Amino acid sequence: MNNAMLRTEGLCKAFMLHLQGGVRIPVLSQIDLDLHAGECVALVGPSGAGKSTLMRSLYGNYRADVGRILIRHGGSMVDLATADPRVIIAVRRQTMGYVSQFLRVVPRVSALDIVAEAAMARMHTLATARGAAAALLTRLNIPARLHALPPATFSGGEQQRVNLARGFIGGHPILLLDEPTAALDPANRAVVVALIREAKARGIAIVGIFHDAEIRDAVADRLFAVTPWQDAA
Amino acid sequence: MSETTLLSARGVSLSFGAIQALVGVDADLWPGEVLAIVGESGSGKTTLLNVLSGRAAPGTGAVWYRTPDGQLLDVHTMPAPALRRLHRSDWGFVHQDPRQNLRMGVTAGGNVGERLMAQGSRHYGHIRDAARDWLVQTEIDPKRIDDLPRTFSGGMLQRLQIARTLVTHPRLVFMDEPTGGLDVSVQARLLDLIRSLVARFGIAVVLVTHDIAVARLLAHRTMVMQGGRVVETGLTDQVLDDPQHAYTQLLVSSVLNA
Amino acid sequence: MKGYNFAYLDEQTKRMIRRAILKAVAIPGHQIPFGSREIPLPYGWGTGGIQVTAAILGADDRLKVIDQGADDTTNAVSIRRFFARTADVATTTKTADATVIQTRHRIPETALRDGQIIVYQVPQPEPMYRLEPSRVETRRMHALADYGLMHVKLYEDIARLGHIGISYDYPVMVNARYLMAPSPIPAFDNPKMHMMPALQLFGAGREKRIYAVPPYTEVRSLDFVDHPFHPARAPHACGLCGAGDSYLDEVLTDDRGGRLFVCSDTDYCETRRADGQVGAEGVPVGMPGGAVEATQ
Repeated sequence: MNNAMLRTEGLCKAFMLHLQGGVRIPVLSQIDLDLHAGECVALVGPSGAGKSTLMRSLYGNYRADVGRILIRHGGSMVDLATADPRVIIAVRRQTMGYVSQFLRVVPRVSALDIVAEAAMARMHTLATARGAAAALLTRLNIPARLHALPPATFSGGEQQRVNLARGFIGGHPILLLDEPTAALDPANRAVVVALIREAKARGIAIVGIFHDAEIRDAVADRLFAVTPWQDAA
Repeated sequence: MSETTLLSARGVSLSFGAIQALVGVDADLWPGEVLAIVGESGSGKTTLLNVLSGRAAPGTGAVWYRTPDGQLLDVHTMPAPALRRLHRSDWGFVHQDPRQNLRMGVTAGGNVGERLMAQGSRHYGHIRDAARDWLVQTEIDPKRIDDLPRTFSGGMLQRLQIARTLVTHPRLVFMDEPTGGLDVSVQARLLDLIRSLVARFGIAVVLVTHDIAVARLLAHRTMVMQGGRVVETGLTDQVLDDPQHAYTQLLVSSVLNA
Repeated sequence: MKGYNFAYLDEQTKRMIRRAILKAVAIPGHQIPFGSREIPLPYGWGTGGIQVTAAILGADDRLKVIDQGADDTTNAVSIRRFFARTADVATTTKTADATVIQTRHRIPETALRDGQIIVYQVPQPEPMYRLEPSRVETRRMHALADYGLMHVKLYEDIARLGHIGISYDYPVMVNARYLMAPSPIPAFDNPKMHMMPALQLFGAGREKRIYAVPPYTEVRSLDFVDHPFHPARAPHACGLCGAGDSYLDEVLTDDRGGRLFVCSDTDYCETRRADGQVGAEGVPVGMPGGAVEATQ
């Protein structure tokens, strides 16, 4: 039980909208999630239940109000809910990767370098990082002629595949996948399924939101239900 | 985290007559970290930058800088020559208007080489090589090394200012709206240049900007200021995506796709 | 001379100037402000030098005054006569005989010795005045020994001309601390300032500054390791005395392009000729270079 890679304890998250007269919108309530090495947990629940909010909270992008988010980082457990920003940055660099639905492009940086930069955390030279980046992009059917271009002009599907390559190349022990296949065709979805399975085989722990039931069934070891907030009143 | 801060401010306050420009500001900066100070005009962010860099003295409070050999210096009580030495070696300052920093009557090479010469570099060939290298690093054609800055475009001037500042490999650079006043396309190029140089050389940066997109692209951490106070501080993407304070929510919601 | 105090200035003024001189000697190369007085001479003709000379002159001194190296030019003659009349001091044109030498634009070729004082007339005491318009800022730069800007000027010269293009008033570092304007002497004379046994005083009347280099003080001309300071002189020997080591003036001898290079230091040239040295051009005695005024 205590060899979890990621564990939340009583995690609660609400949004206080000051601009709307201080309305408080509760989203997550008492989330207890466990994630172990080599397994893939799929978050399920109706739209608006808070699956993405939970993912973002796990990544430290959203601030947890109550509860703990424990991450196995560098041999000890770190609570992201209270960690110093610099610790969160270190966790993201070394321990936990995140593939969002949309690629936030950096102006002028080529697709290859976006991916290679993510690989630099564990590779020693830019050349090896670029080599690995090119191989992964090619595997995700991004033709070599596009590697040198900034992805700003790419299609939605191409951008998402660049994003996936960036997420998978880092080799983080924990990977968060938010709708990784939403804009992909069947051939590329199959590549992603293979990448997830290979990652699990290497012991990487994955939390994912998979819109596509077929893919979810193909990769998830178990499901974790995120239920809409129950009005206490 | 065992490492110690590079720059720390505690209880910094400053009033201009009845106007409270800074009220009890605390700030910390770690080596290699980029800290953005965001807020609207008059929020005190530029005043804070000036106090942190020793250019303006606080009414109360103190700012400390840790030297490479671990010595802790009080920025506002250290002797003026020592502060000046810091400013021309370990520190850098990038102004919004590059003309404030550049010598417009001196060639690009002379502008880049000045800090080296001020540090005692006395080999013309080495100074020139370093100047040429930094023109390349900042994407200025090295053939223009003997041209006067007045023949440069706004974006080139800003890149020249960055070359002039980084040539001594400072550990800490203060930036005041470094992309302000530039065209959007020029801004994007400059931001990417700053981002890659700062990452490559592990430079710590205190960046003042009113542009949230600039903070998101460059900064590890962000401080939000309003009326001379820090209203929110934290991981940049957390502050911008999940703002807690009413003012930060207003600031973030007034920007499209920040 | 009746109606005037010894050496023209009143004693209070001389004391004030001496205090400035003492301070200047204590901080080699540092510019000391002083209350410059009206002098019966236009600015730019040596009002600063005259005030310094007046303040240090004693009854037993022997004064030499040169302008561009020559004892016989109008300015040199006037100043020498001024002190001969107001202080009744002995004067000389012989460098070796003088105890006080007031100069404009040259250092004599004959090496100065212990006990002598050389007083330079200085139009502009601030070496960075062309580079930094603000005096507040240049003062701060001196205070912090922040002289990168001066090297930028040298860098710019090399970048544009291929060499350092300063031929006179070439900036020097005094005692490895203060950047100093040596007054508009040719760069050729700069090395003479280094470890000079004589006391060097500088007076700028219009700018109201006095500075000094005490005897045996290090004076280095700014340069780069790979572009070392080079004291240039015209590549000729003196037409009159044949000297190959002196600073030369170029004299046009006719309107068909005839030229003659002669020592700018008239005393040096005459001394050599008196010793029997004759220039390669075989110029007969009586040509330009002879002293006009006999003063002893």
